[in-house]
Amino acid sequence: MSANRPLSPHLQVYRLPLTGLVSITHRMTGVFLSMGLVLFVYVLFAIAAGENAYLAMQAFMSFWLFKLVYWGFIYALFFHLVHGIRHLIWDVGKTFERATLDKFAVYELACSASLTLLTFIVS
Amino acid sequence: MVEFTLPRNSVVKKGKLYKADGATNIRLVQVYRWDPDSGENPRIDSYEIDMDHCGPMVLDAILKIKNEIDSSLTFRRSCREGVCGSCAMNINGKNTLACIKAISDYQGTIKIFPLPHMSVIKDLVADMSHFFEQYASIKPWLTASSEAPADSERLQSREDRAKLDGLYECVLCASCSTSCPSYWWNSDKYLGPAILLQAYRWLADSRDDNDKERLDELDESFKLYRCHTIMNCTDTCPKGLNPAKAIAEIKKRLVERDHL
Repeated sequence: MSANRPLSPHLQVYRLPLTGLVSITHRMTGVFLSMGLVLFVYVLFAIAAGENAYLAMQAFMSFWLFKLVYWGFIYALFFHLVHGIRHLIWDVGKTFERATLDKFAVYELACSASLTLLTFIVS
Repeated sequence: MVEFTLPRNSVVKKGKLYKADGATNIRLVQVYRWDPDSGENPRIDSYEIDMDHCGPMVLDAILKIKNEIDSSLTFRRSCREGVCGSCAMNINGKNTLACIKAISDYQGTIKIFPLPHMSVIKDLVADMSHFFEQYASIKPWLTASSEAPADSERLQSREDRAKLDGLYECVLCASCSTSCPSYWWNSDKYLGPAILLQAYRWLADSRDDNDKERLDELDESFKLYRCHTIMNCTDTCPKGLNPAKAIAEIKKRLVERDHL
């Protein structure tokens, strides 16, 4: 009888709190960054392969879609970094209070967005 | 194992609508239903509740459905004041105790599901056996090497007693554990927030001197370290406790044991 028992809905019904959304974003940016390393290696490879390869890479990378991916990569990097620091604060056993959780999540989003913006301005 | 979608036999279908004829102050309550004898998939039944003749809590609405509209609705409840932990369920996307959650805290339709990612026995009743087996596995009782005093209790200082505040209040309703994605995907090996909070409750108890063995038991990549500080547990606890903090304290104890 128990073999037929249904599994109750989970992701389908659960409303993730902001900390939960930040957490899954951390995981996704981590995966995205790992995949982005392929592009990074391509850039290094192009530099090593001489002028022609470098120019080809530059043309390729200045296509708007790749620029978008590139900026996504930079945002992911900052987000991952900032939430990593958040984890370090948690690891010393501090700032677990309910009231501070959302506040910190907002700080993280604001920090990673500003750092990306700053990079855009500086570059 | 991580499976984002529901198995085919668990996909929820549309159910019946029960109208409240003549009522003017209506609230729609949608409830997950599954009948083990029907051979059908789970469904969502909708009940119009006459709020002029219903108590203030979500549990009152559920009891009204059972008493007056559909007696086949099955759920657990006992104390109706948040100390027994029986009526934990998912209400509008968050796990809580139906008896201490006011209907007026919600706007519009109220959607009620069993605790997430659990095997359903019937309607809102989930199979809690595994959860309680995990609880037993942490030896949730006092172990002391010294002889108990013959004519008094084992005494604690006020400071030591205060260390149990925020821990002893846990009623093991499983709201936190079943809110945790890590527990959804790895409940076979990961103990989950409720059981880990209970484990810390005994580590924090000055009268218990079994810390070494307790820590050895917990020091394992799945039992404890599947906690990724997602914080759903602390967010959802209907008693306002902080399982994530308790888990962090256990991790700190392990670091202290190994490196200080």
